[in-house]
Amino acid sequence: MKIAIASGKGGTGKTTLSVNLASWLALQDKVVLVDLDTEEPNSGIFLKLPLIRSIIGVKPVPVWQSDNCLHCGKCQGYCQFHAIISLPSEVLVFPKLCHSCYACSELCPASALPMLNEKIGKIDHFARENLTFIEGKLDVGQEMAVPLIKQAITYTESQSVNSEWLIFDSPPGNACPMIEATKVADFIILISEPTPFGLYDLSLSVQSLRKLNRNFGVVINREGIGNSDLERYCLDEDIPVIARIPQSRLIAESYSAGKLVYHEDNDFLSSLKQIKDFLQNDAFSC
Amino acid sequence: MMPSPVKEVVVISGKGGTGKTSLTAAFAFLAQEDIVLADCDVDAPDMHLLMNPRVEMEQDFYSGWQAEIDCLKCSNCGKCQEVCRFSAIIQSNECFSIDADECEGCGYCSFICPEQAIQLIPRLSGQFRVSRTRFQHKLVHANLDPGGENSGKLVNQVKQVAARIAREDSKKIILVDGAPGIGCPVISSLTGADLVVLVTEPSLSAFHDLQRVFNLVNQFRIKTACLINKADLNSDISTKIKAFLAENSILLLAELAYNTAFTAAMLKGHCILEEENTSFQPAILEAWNKIISLLN
Amino acid sequence: MKIAFTAKGTDWQDQIDPRFGRCAYLVFYDEDTDTIDWIDNGSSAGIDHGAGPQTAQKLLTRKPDILITGNGPGGNASRVLSYSQITVYTGAADKSLQEAYQDFKNNRLTEFKF
Repeated sequence: MKIAIASGKGGTGKTTLSVNLASWLALQDKVVLVDLDTEEPNSGIFLKLPLIRSIIGVKPVPVWQSDNCLHCGKCQGYCQFHAIISLPSEVLVFPKLCHSCYACSELCPASALPMLNEKIGKIDHFARENLTFIEGKLDVGQEMAVPLIKQAITYTESQSVNSEWLIFDSPPGNACPMIEATKVADFIILISEPTPFGLYDLSLSVQSLRKLNRNFGVVINREGIGNSDLERYCLDEDIPVIARIPQSRLIAESYSAGKLVYHEDNDFLSSLKQIKDFLQNDAFSC
Repeated sequence: MMPSPVKEVVVISGKGGTGKTSLTAAFAFLAQEDIVLADCDVDAPDMHLLMNPRVEMEQDFYSGWQAEIDCLKCSNCGKCQEVCRFSAIIQSNECFSIDADECEGCGYCSFICPEQAIQLIPRLSGQFRVSRTRFQHKLVHANLDPGGENSGKLVNQVKQVAARIAREDSKKIILVDGAPGIGCPVISSLTGADLVVLVTEPSLSAFHDLQRVFNLVNQFRIKTACLINKADLNSDISTKIKAFLAENSILLLAELAYNTAFTAAMLKGHCILEEENTSFQPAILEAWNKIISLLN
Repeated sequence: MKIAFTAKGTDWQDQIDPRFGRCAYLVFYDEDTDTIDWIDNGSSAGIDHGAGPQTAQKLLTRKPDILITGNGPGGNASRVLSYSQITVYTGAADKSLQEAYQDFKNNRLTEFKF
């Protein structure tokens, strides 16, 4: 089963849930966890698995061939992303601004802008026993996460044929990176906190996922810290609440030290069991 | 005598959940009416929940382009579908059409369409608003439509409107609640900033994110300060963070203890300094005073 | 000599715009003819990304010898400017164009290294 774990707001426990759920499920089943929060990937800190393979993350960008260039300047006109400046004697390409649409390259009358791969990050593949962990990491200064997210998903699918569980730790927010990361999942777990910020940001995620007709449910983290508005919202909106993880300083401390928490905290462990049970029995009836 | 220029302070965190918005609100509370407030955390724009703003102006926000096919002109040749790298062209019964969610707005299809049936139209991506907070600041904020793209541009627009208001109203400081991560929205948040305030917490994840976001800030050569929230959660990592700050000449503004008072305040729609008996007041006040002196 | 300024307005008394890519105006002073000319940079100031290279390109079409600005151009804009002979001076933020010009004449500005 492919599931994505997402949250509108950062810091609600998305990574804590991802790494603990993946590790715990891997006690019995084959599990692949993919960290698609490529801007700030943190799952690896908790898993400490040996590195099996590292591949570079790329996107195609045009590379100027001065010998062929007619200096017509059309390339700059085609580019909607301001990634090309055509000076009288030079054509300058700014790869970070390029969206890899190929227009300049294929419409250049002199074939002076062939597309070549530019490094934008890396994809690391770690594994031990039942657990495989794949992490996409964007280079600092790169603006576009989506090409790397796509590449990490493609790589993952080629590596996870015999796995029972595929878990995508999605980037926070509700914009294009989150949409891309949740696209391939059969079910999406939204994790949130029972606070005004948590509720508001959850409602934005719900709007995004509803628009795309996705299957999703909610895990309430740090239960007890706030009020019951989040619970009421889920009820009113007919969104299943899959589990409730109580507020605990122990969980926060384990997290801060990069430790897994499920074998130390029984409440957390029973939440993981509820989530597994829900995914196996109820996820597709709602 | 020239009017003194407007300074821009951007609060960012790399990792979410460190208390960035709550602290930005506390600074806004201290600054009273001297500032214009801008919420650039367009993915999780929560400032309004503490500021209870009255909207004075709202405007649609367009970012980038989106292709549109005129069905009457389309001859069903399919060339657009061949060249589109984003799988955004759908063949339907009548003619080809655009999947707006996938369209990147590159315009390639429109350049090669032999019937000139495709044009680029501005893409509606959300709304931005100018409001008056209950503390009488002007707040510029925005919301991105679900799955909306190019939040960097929305960030840029929020900042431009804030800058214009600051000039018109002779405010000295624009206080920006910045975007998370290190990608497009945060890069737009940093553009043109005079001072960056990093809000972090002592966890391995947050420290990792802090180092990445600082690398980014460094590329912009902007003056930087840092505030450690929940500092007692892990004193080992707090010590490491402080060493990192010292090594990189980043001024430590304050260390705040782990405290559920932030949540308690949020539940009432309050900023932390409105709560009675919080031990935070002196530390936050000192942090704000340090920010002011860094600007001058 | 032709001297360019990043400016908030188009008059000698207006302030230097410390930003490069998103400056409001590019103002040109031709010392030989003692005339002032300008380009409204609003079209570049409003774009989300890539304002720097665009502004640099616009600047170069007027072939100035000197640019006086505040913070200095960013990496992308510097790449464009490095294909010309222009010399860039920074540190003129918060001054009027007139004061910045005087500072330049008196060698009080910093030369920007590409």
